[in-house]
Formats: sequence, C-alpha cells, structure tokens
Amino acid sequence: MIRVGIDVGGTNTDAVVMKNDEFLGGEKSPSTPDVYTGVELAVRGALARASINANQVDAVMLGTTHFVNALVERKRLANCGLIRMCLPSGSSLFPFADWPNELVEAINGTFHLVNGGYEMDGTEIAPLNEEQLLKAADELFEKGCRQIAISSVFATVRNDMEHEAKKLLQKKRPKIDVSLSCDIGRMGLLERENAAIINASLKPLAKEVVEAFQKLQGSVGFDCPLFFTRNDGTLIDANEVLRLPVLTFACGPTNSMRGAAYLSGIKDALVVDIGGTTTDVGEVINGFPRLAGTSVTVADVRTNFSMPDVLSIGLGGGSRIRPEQPLAIGPESVGHELLQRAYIFGGDVLTASDLAVSIGRAKMGTHAAPEIENADELKQLLDQIISDAVARTRTSDKQMPVIAVGGGSVLLGAQVDGLEVIRPPHHDLANAVGAAIAQISGEVSKVVSLSEELDRETAIAQITQEANEMAISRGADITSLSMLSLSDVPLSYLPGNNLAISVTVVGDLKMEQRK
Amino acid sequence: MNNPAITKIDFKALKYIADGGAILGSGGGGDPYVGRLMAQQAWGSNNTVAVIDIDELPDDALILPIAMMGAPTVMLEKFSSGEEIPKLISMMERFLGKKVAAILCIEAGGLNSTIPFIAAAQMQLPIVDGDAMGRAFPELQMVTFTLGGIQATPMAMMDEKGNGATFDTISNSWAEKLARALTIEMGGAAMVSLYPVTAAQCRNYLIRGSLTKAHRIGQIMAEHGANACAALVEEFDGTHLFQGRVRDVNRVSEGGFARGTVKLEGLGDFINREITLSFQNEFLIAREGDNVLATTPDLITLLDIFSGDAVTTELVKYGLPVNVLGLPCDPIWQSPQALEIVGPRYFKLDYDYKPI
Repeated sequence: MIRVGIDVGGTNTDAVVMKNDEFLGGEKSPSTPDVYTGVELAVRGALARASINANQVDAVMLGTTHFVNALVERKRLANCGLIRMCLPSGSSLFPFADWPNELVEAINGTFHLVNGGYEMDGTEIAPLNEEQLLKAADELFEKGCRQIAISSVFATVRNDMEHEAKKLLQKKRPKIDVSLSCDIGRMGLLERENAAIINASLKPLAKEVVEAFQKLQGSVGFDCPLFFTRNDGTLIDANEVLRLPVLTFACGPTNSMRGAAYLSGIKDALVVDIGGTTTDVGEVINGFPRLAGTSVTVADVRTNFSMPDVLSIGLGGGSRIRPEQPLAIGPESVGHELLQRAYIFGGDVLTASDLAVSIGRAKMGTHAAPEIENADELKQLLDQIISDAVARTRTSDKQMPVIAVGGGSVLLGAQVDGLEVIRPPHHDLANAVGAAIAQISGEVSKVVSLSEELDRETAIAQITQEANEMAISRGADITSLSMLSLSDVPLSYLPGNNLAISVTVVGDLKMEQRK
Repeated sequence: MNNPAITKIDFKALKYIADGGAILGSGGGGDPYVGRLMAQQAWGSNNTVAVIDIDELPDDALILPIAMMGAPTVMLEKFSSGEEIPKLISMMERFLGKKVAAILCIEAGGLNSTIPFIAAAQMQLPIVDGDAMGRAFPELQMVTFTLGGIQATPMAMMDEKGNGATFDTISNSWAEKLARALTIEMGGAAMVSLYPVTAAQCRNYLIRGSLTKAHRIGQIMAEHGANACAALVEEFDGTHLFQGRVRDVNRVSEGGFARGTVKLEGLGDFINREITLSFQNEFLIAREGDNVLATTPDLITLLDIFSGDAVTTELVKYGLPVNVLGLPCDPIWQSPQALEIVGPRYFKLDYDYKPI
C-alpha cells in the first residue's frame, strides 16, 4: 500500500511517499500564499524522489494549519451567529463569554437564546418553539450571518432537538449553513458551543481548502481517496471536513509527534519540533501524544476537544537575534523569508540559523556564517530556552530520549536538560510522515444504566464493540484495532447507577478493498 | 498567613478567588470557572464588590448565605436564568421580616466560592470575608454553624423556571434530606439561601478570612504555575503527600453522590509507591496500603503537574500526572463533636482522623 502524506505549515509544505512501513521519498517546498503551488511542488518532488507514479498511490493524507492560522490571525473567518436552545434556563451566562473581543468582532459574533434544551435525564426543559427559532434565525440572517451554530442544553444526552432545529432552519432558508454542537464537543455547554461557533466560522475556508486539494488530485493525477488528519492523529474523509473543519485544526503537533515516534522507532519520548518561527514540545506515550488533561484553549477560546498537550514557544530557525545586551533570540522571526534574509543565505538579518552554523551545530546556507560577537553567551541562551521548555514538559526525572524534528532542529546540541537528543532520518519531514501513518478511528459515547445484568466491564466491552464496528465501516482493518481512549463518568442525580462511557478505537486503513 | 485582608474584588481578584476556590474544593464542589463568568456578566464592566470583616457589621445585621445546591456537572450544561437570586432574597426577607445587610459565602471551595459574588453584584451588597466550611463538603449540614446550633432553615430554594420553595425543618440533616430530594426534581441543580444569621450569631462560628485565603492561593498559583504545590505547602503549612500518575479511576453514583476511588502510581521522589484516594464528591482519604496519609476534614487536593491547576474528582482521568497536596483544615473541625459530622467515620471509612 502506497500512501502520500502532506503537511502544509506556515513556512514550509512537506510531502512524503511511504510504502507500508518504508519511507520512499520526500520533498520540502516553501508554502505559497495560494497554498496550491507550494503543495503541488512538494508532492511532485516527493513522487519523483520515490519513483512512484501518482496513479500508483492508494491514499493521500493531508494535515494543514490553514484553519488554526485563520483563527490565530483572525482572518478569512465567516460571520457567525449562535442560537442556544435553553430558555427558561441559561440567561445568567451568555454565549461568547470569555472570548477575546477582536475574535468576536472578526466573526461579527452574535446570538439568540430560545426555548428548548434538555434536563440531564433527557426530559425537555421546554419544547422547541418553531416560530421563535425562525424569528431568531431571521434576525441573524439580516445581520449578515450565513453560518449559524446551534447548541442545546444537554445535547450530549439527547441531540434530537438540535437536529430538528437544523431541519426547520434549512427548510425556511436553504442558504443558511448550520453547525450543531452535538457533532463536535463533549459535556460543557460553553466549551461545546465555542467549538460549534469556531466550526461555523471556518466552513467557507474549508470549502476553499478542500476544493483546492481536490483540484490538485486531478492535476497531479491521483486516483485514490483523499483524507485529512484530525486533532487526535486519525483520519477524516475530505467531504466530512466541509462539514466539520474544526476537527482537523490542531493536527499539526499531533502529526509531528506521531511522525517523530515512528521515524525513530521510539514509542515513549519527548518530542521537540523546531520550525521556522516556533518550537512545539510534547510527550509521546506508546506512539501517541499525551493529551491535555482538562479544557484546551485555542486562539484564546476555551474548548473541550481531545488535543495533545503541547508547549509552544517563540523560537525557530528564523528567529531574529539581538546580539547586544540584553541578548534575545525570538520571538520575532523572518519566517518563510529565511532563505532570503539570513546572513548564511546572503541576507542581512541575524537569525538563529546563522548562530547554529556559526557555533558549528549545522552546515547550511550559501554564504559563510557571520562573526557573532557574543556567540558563547547566545549559545547558552539558546540552550537555556529549549531546556526550560523540555523541563516543563517532563513528567518525571526518568531518562527518556528527546526526539528532535523539524527544519530548525539543527539548533539543538547533543543534550537537552540532561537528556540525549536523537535526530531520526527524515526528521525534517516528521509532520508529513505523521500524516501518512494516520489511522482510522471509531468513537462512541453513550449513557448506560448499570444493573445486576450489566456491570461496568460488560458495558465498556459493548461500547468498545460499537466503536470497533464504526471504525471498520470507515475503512479500518479489523485485525489492527486497538483502544486509544476510554472514559466513564457517572451522572449523579439519576435514579440508578448511570454511567456516561466514551470509547475511541483506532486501526490501520484497510486497502485491499480498492481496485 | 499574615496577608492583608482583601476589601474589594475586581475581575482579576475574582479569578484568583476562583482558582483558589478550586484548590479549597478538595476535588469537589465543581469548577468555579462558570460561577466566575456568571458573576462577571452580573456585575458588568468596571465594577467591584466590597468585602467586609464580620466585625464591621452591627450585631443585629442580617447576613444571607447564597449557594448552588446539587450536581456541579449540571451547572456546566444548564446555567441558571439569572432571576433566581433576587427572588430568593426577597423570599427570605419576607420570611424573616428583615432587610439583608450582607451576603456570605457558605462554602469557600469549588463553584460556591464564586456564586455569592453574583448575589453581591446583583443586590449591590457587600460580602463577608469568611465562610462556614473553609473548603467544600458534600452535605448541607456540614458547616461550622451546625456546631453552634444555628439552624439551616428557614431556607429558600429556586430553580431556573421560577419555581420556589421554602423549608422549615427540625434539624439540619432533615434540611439536607428534603432539599436534596427537591433539587433532583428541579433538574439536578438549584440556587439556595440557607442559614440566615445575624452578625452576632455567627461571629464565633465563622471561619474568618476565607476569601482572603482563596485569593492568596490563586495569587500563588498565578506566580508559581507548575510549582504551585510546593509554594502552597510552604505558605499554608501543608504537606506534599504524593506525586504520581493516575492508573485507575472507578466511579459509582449512589444516592446522588459521585463516589469512587483513584489509584496513583508514584513519579519522581515517590517512584515505586502506590496510593489510593477515595472520594464522595470531595477526596476523603489518601492511603498507602493501610497507612493513612490524610483524611477528611483535612483537605486533599490534586494539582495537574504541568499547569498547577486543581483537578476535580469529575475531571480526574487515566494517565494524568498529579501532585497530591494536603492542607490542614480549620481547627474548629478537629473537636470530637465536629468529627462526628465531617470525620472519616461519617463517610463510613473505618479510620480515625489523624491531623496532617
């Protein structure tokens, strides 16, 4: 089975070709403003190096930072409105609470509260009021919202009211696109509706991105399915991305950590991914990133996805250096202009890459490294910044290797925080490799009532079976399925012993079914 | 602990109180985040709430505690309407024939550390620097006021639909029993006002300075981040009980309470050791085999190793690395009479209380 993995970053676009477990070839190309050109160059280069024709490829897996960048830069976001079904409850805490003002302004965020929602046992707080709902939608429409997010209280227990509301809205106004909170988040109304709003704001961009890649498929000559990678390191069909772009927006760090573990053959390690502008530090356990414990803040908005716990600092190969006191490396960066502006490439900006060459850690560039006055002190500062980040990410003093990946990993010395640094082959393409090896998942969340006939273990086993079946229906190989996460939380205040169980399983993409 | 008492709460100070309240929650009481945002919405921008010492109030001043009763998880989904508290207060004022002079926080731990600020903001009343638990406890009668013979009733309860009820019971345990039953009918969470007291009545039983303490804890967390545990041990005479990774979480829901156990496998200095924590909403006991490291009423709190944030019993999950912090309870809880209502044996644990 031949897979192409693509990673579109802010600075570079990488592509790799893998045949089963074997790395056949890869290419790195600067990202271009139109995205398309950079991706095509990288993909064609990787195929040429691997001596593979596009029509031999069985699957293309793609990870992109488009969505998270749009959020961080507050650009290319659609105007959004939210309708929360909650009244008479809910007015004490309005939607968009705790959002940064600029982001609310960037999406013209607005909302209405209407009757509806459920109690925790699934009875209605109030019935859905069609007239009130459509009036709210009309007002949002008049304010320019074509993207509407819908949330309802305890949609995690029952989601039929959200689906009914969507149907009513789309019947009245076919031009409105609807995102439902129940499709996206978990327990926690505010965090779930935050995720639904973000999803809605990203939909037009998702259409652009998916269409660009579908066009690329044609021009390069792929004849195979196109997948995107999700936040948890598993795959989502391209058509699903149109509906749920938010599920892919944090895939970058996940792909890089999964790729690092895969390339090094080490399943438990710290991963330091140094790019042009930033460094991400995280931990892999059994080949998967350690997930953040509780809620996760994305672009200053609190959400409750499963996302890797990553520490991001403003240090990269393009970081600007201030050689006079007080010394500084980053966070300002020349970014994708490194190849023009750094001294070693004939430019006139002193960057972290110049320092790495000057102190003998790297050999690169077209010009000699500049004389740097405080080189020794800057070297100490550089090591200090990275050591601090690694120390903060460690869970114990246990010795474990640090896997260094990314184009900027030449900045690292032989040791960090007393740990051995390993630079696996093709480390600068780790993200694309992580995308290429992404797996298929199945996830099921349910509330079950435990009894003498149904104990906790049996209930978990039943739900695991359902998750397995979902993964298989999405194309997973039955023999490769394993459990990625399991949680069970009791719902108090219900008669009996009720447990909310959620299970995620993963497995390899099965390919025999094709051709 | 010689920090100057706080006298005014703004948004930043409220965030400190919420973070500190999560620590004092001892794993329970819910996440104060939602309560903090509700308070912010209630008092709008550029406002503050005044905090006063109990001794600033005349003997006959009426003080009303305001709290959320029920499952904090419900409050993460079903927010209150915002009308409950003014209605509760007017019900209580009618009942008692007296105007309220100040709001009190009954439970400085968890969500209820921030709820009274909604009341103080909506009613434009000061809030008293103190509480009746010094932490979070699962049941309504587990307050210092019970030790002083102060009645929980008259008590008022209000749901988000506008249904209200008042209680007049023969004991605080009965108030707990009846109020909890009604909470379930109201959808799992309701706003309550209970233990109406005069300043004179509660002076001897109030745990003084709780808000200042919660605020100071939040401040230390902001300053020390992942190292907050050590800094809190230092400042509040606590104990670093353990550092480890969660290896099992077993939960059952009984009688409206989330009960269960958490197993931790040692990390760092605690490598090759294993401890078990038992909880009923709050952490009750930390044991290494048969050796008791800490029990209720002392506080047992988990802190995320990376962020230093408090981890509640609802959010604790497999694989999470945590520090276990033990903090001494207020001395008022150490008498035999007090241990009868909040000690290990009340929770059916066959161990004696041994102060940490």
